[in-house]
Amino acid sequence: MDYEVMIGLEVHVELNTRTKIFCGCSTEFGGAPNTHVCPVCSGMPGSLPVLNKEVVNKAISVGLATNCDITRNSKFDRKNYFYPDNPQNYQISQLYYPICRNGHVIIEVDNPDGIDPDTMHTLWSDPATDSKCEEITESERTEKGKKLATYKKAVRIHEIHMEEDAGKLVHDGFTDETWVDFNRSGVPLIEIVSEPDMRSAEEVVAYLEKLRETVQYLNASDCKLNEGSMRADVNLSIRKKGSTEYGTRTESKNLNSFRAIRRCIEAEIERQIEIIEDGGKVVQETRRWDDEKGYSYPMRSKEDAQDYRYFPDPDLVPLVISQEWIDNIRDNRPELRDEKKIRYKEEFGIPDYDIDLITGEKALADLFEEAVAEGADPKKASNWLMVETMRLMKEHNLDADQLKFSGTNLAKLIKLVDAKEINNAVAKEVFEKAIFLDNLDPEKYVADNNLSTKADSGELEAVVRKAIEANPKAVEDVKAGKGKAIGAIVGFVMKEMKGKCDPAEANRMIAEQLKNI
Amino acid sequence: MQDILSISAVDLGKKIAAGEITSVEATQAYLDRISAVDKDINAYITVMTEPALKAAEEADKMIAAKKAAGEELSPLAGVPIAVKDNMCIEGTLTTCASHILDNFVPTYTATAVQKLIDAGCVIIGRTNMDEFAMGSTTETSYFGATKNPRDLTRVPGGSSGGSAAAVAAMECPAALGSDTGGSIRQPASFCGVTGIKPTYGRVSRYGLIAYGSSLDQIGPLGKNVTDCATILEVISGHDAKDSTSAGADETSKQDERTTDYKFTEALVDDVKGMKIGIPRDYFLEGMNEDVKKAVLDAAEVLKSKGAIVEEFDLGMVEYAIPAYYVIACAEASSNLERFDGVKYGYRTSDYLDLHNMYKKTRSEGFGAEVKRRIMLGSFVLSSGYYDAYYVKALRVKALIKKAFDDAFAKYDVILGPVAPTTALKLGESLSDPIQMYLGDIYTVSVNLAGLPGISVPCGEDSNGLPIGLQLLGQTFDEKKIIRAAYSYEQYRLNNMSLKCDDIFGKEA
Repeated sequence: MDYEVMIGLEVHVELNTRTKIFCGCSTEFGGAPNTHVCPVCSGMPGSLPVLNKEVVNKAISVGLATNCDITRNSKFDRKNYFYPDNPQNYQISQLYYPICRNGHVIIEVDNPDGIDPDTMHTLWSDPATDSKCEEITESERTEKGKKLATYKKAVRIHEIHMEEDAGKLVHDGFTDETWVDFNRSGVPLIEIVSEPDMRSAEEVVAYLEKLRETVQYLNASDCKLNEGSMRADVNLSIRKKGSTEYGTRTESKNLNSFRAIRRCIEAEIERQIEIIEDGGKVVQETRRWDDEKGYSYPMRSKEDAQDYRYFPDPDLVPLVISQEWIDNIRDNRPELRDEKKIRYKEEFGIPDYDIDLITGEKALADLFEEAVAEGADPKKASNWLMVETMRLMKEHNLDADQLKFSGTNLAKLIKLVDAKEINNAVAKEVFEKAIFLDNLDPEKYVADNNLSTKADSGELEAVVRKAIEANPKAVEDVKAGKGKAIGAIVGFVMKEMKGKCDPAEANRMIAEQLKNI
Repeated sequence: MQDILSISAVDLGKKIAAGEITSVEATQAYLDRISAVDKDINAYITVMTEPALKAAEEADKMIAAKKAAGEELSPLAGVPIAVKDNMCIEGTLTTCASHILDNFVPTYTATAVQKLIDAGCVIIGRTNMDEFAMGSTTETSYFGATKNPRDLTRVPGGSSGGSAAAVAAMECPAALGSDTGGSIRQPASFCGVTGIKPTYGRVSRYGLIAYGSSLDQIGPLGKNVTDCATILEVISGHDAKDSTSAGADETSKQDERTTDYKFTEALVDDVKGMKIGIPRDYFLEGMNEDVKKAVLDAAEVLKSKGAIVEEFDLGMVEYAIPAYYVIACAEASSNLERFDGVKYGYRTSDYLDLHNMYKKTRSEGFGAEVKRRIMLGSFVLSSGYYDAYYVKALRVKALIKKAFDDAFAKYDVILGPVAPTTALKLGESLSDPIQMYLGDIYTVSVNLAGLPGISVPCGEDSNGLPIGLQLLGQTFDEKKIIRAAYSYEQYRLNNMSLKCDDIFGKEA
């Protein structure tokens, strides 16, 4: 029997505002426990929340970039439940009037199995299907000459709402005591809720990557799954192909990497199929994924589901969003990745492969643009980022947004090479030792450490003369037409010059002197 | 010293400013009075003897410095004021009259209280109240009932019963209270003092421990209209820490009344041409005849002063109480969730696990009336009942607001009683909560509609118990009700005894 899989995602994104959603406390990660707290975010009696406008700006910008309608009269609601990490014992969230609704994103999914686009259309034959979801086309992309089939589809976004994060419980196993740290309490979150439009782990990963890239480009969050600034819960159900009814879904939590998400989905599909094949019924429940063990276990069932007693928070006034406000955000929105891709091609003419890699991380794209703006050749800048930067990132285990060096210093380095002040080998050394981690000025570094390879032409001429005298055999070979033999003389020169000269320049000078012999 | 105790807060402020008496002397006089009578009244939960005397000393220095510099003084500089025990004051026990907060010392000060402190007032103590402001008699306090100074066998009303009794017993010249469904106006009426419930949003709620957030307002209780208007002028204004406080957004900028806090300008003895409506549906069967007569007599007084007085049908009166209890309890059930034994306040001594700790702490920490309202509120918000109760109550609230809007299209002020009866005997209503809830019939609709209301004494019943006259205005029309109340008060001062002093000559 063939099954089809329906997956919807609830994605929490921690917004990178400077202060919390309902008070003026810092959102900075870390810090000694309970140092970024005040009466509001620690739930003191009598304290009142005041909405941080920047949270609304960021939520609207994400909503616009994901084609949502912005709710002009939005409200906050209280979600009531008792837990010690939640100082008021209610979370301020949005149930009835979330800030964004009815959006979609287009994802591009690798298609190694060569799914027939016609059958993909039938995957979408849901009576409730929005017309936006019919946008399915097959396209082909050329990557380094290798043909890789991909397809595009729309994933609908049901809503995006704003809410506050909870604090953290710290358990002391030694004393068997649990302590509460409210530093994270009140950090702003948006929850992006999709429709159950995804059909495979590949589609889920493509969707999450699309969301991450969009939110990063909007400078709304760093979206790190491993640090919890992006968290995804997976709602998954299966049904027999051809059936129009939804199956019973489960919700999987604790997914801290794309790998965990992929593995969890595959395991959950298998688990649900097995239950149905054995004549059983899938139970509606929340399951916790254990990525080390590679399986999930139930956390709570539908029967245990709490009644959150949602109601509008009387401490916050309705959030009225004017058309001007929305227009202002739309007009000042940063360039998104898809737009950058088109512009890079037109403006800089660098290869698609480069564009894809550089725009893959906003931090790299920012570095690239800064370097080019400072006069660096676009292709050379892109090479430095794709080759040396990525190699060193891997070596130092750094993410793109942790890079400390400036595009300006990269541009200076490229110019030093262009001006033949230093050769490529020295440039790599300068990049690694001075720029990559410490962001030192390469011009100053080269001068201070006497690394210039631009030899005094008098000195180089003398060394070349010496090299010719010292290598009679090579000279003879060259004269006999064995061009490669010049390498020995160049090598001698480089050694004498201790690497501080341009090998091409040495080559040219040797050839000139040999002509005169 | 009796002299000092019997004069109003504003008159005391004048004497202090004139150097006739120091703030320390005035504060000490009130502290002595509290020591002498509060064992009988129980108006205070905490008497702030040392901090008050220290604050009075500082106030005297500040007053001297300002006078030397020729700077303007607040009319209340150096005047002692009592504060209901549900407003946070940094470093001062703030209990809400509940076991669950009986050790709670806030780390910050409520905006309204801070404004009084900034004006040079001396906070003299924390007054008793119904637990979490839930009640109309001040009998649900964990620290015991407050007695009515006019008759120690009777309740002072509630929930700001401690504040009203403290003013009536001359244990302070004036006090802050809070009003969610009548909690300033009704005890003012029962104790024979004056109290204002301001427009919702007029005074910041920051630091007021919430009962029903959409209904709560802080307001003054005092010996007369002048004191109340003066205090209100000090504590009003937009507060960036309270999103529901008025006077900041675009809509309120268009209405200058929202930023006009000069209430003392309305202390004018002139109601000529003022249109006053009396809701016929406020005078129903079962109402105390003495109350009815006193209120209608007061209307006659205003008429004789040139006001145009008419009877009319307000409508929706009978729906106010059910709608109020649904909304207030729903909000309370959520507001009181933070009292869980985790962060502050009372925690049960032994427990098995987290859930058991929550359950025991809250079972032991809250009193019966609070539990009753938490349960009622949790029920009306629960899945499947939300629309039938909570949403419906919000619709009723909107209709009540509309009924008042229609009335205020015709009238400047609505006149009626504060409560259907005078002060009840202690213990009388505890056994019958429904009866107690029904006593709120004239006050709760005002909170649902967000209107300002004032309670001024307008006579006594056959037992010599005070009766309160309630004057209501459209939102942000405090000046109109203050003007009407002041005019009435001038008549009464000239024609009736105030019975403000010597209430302690007789044994209870």
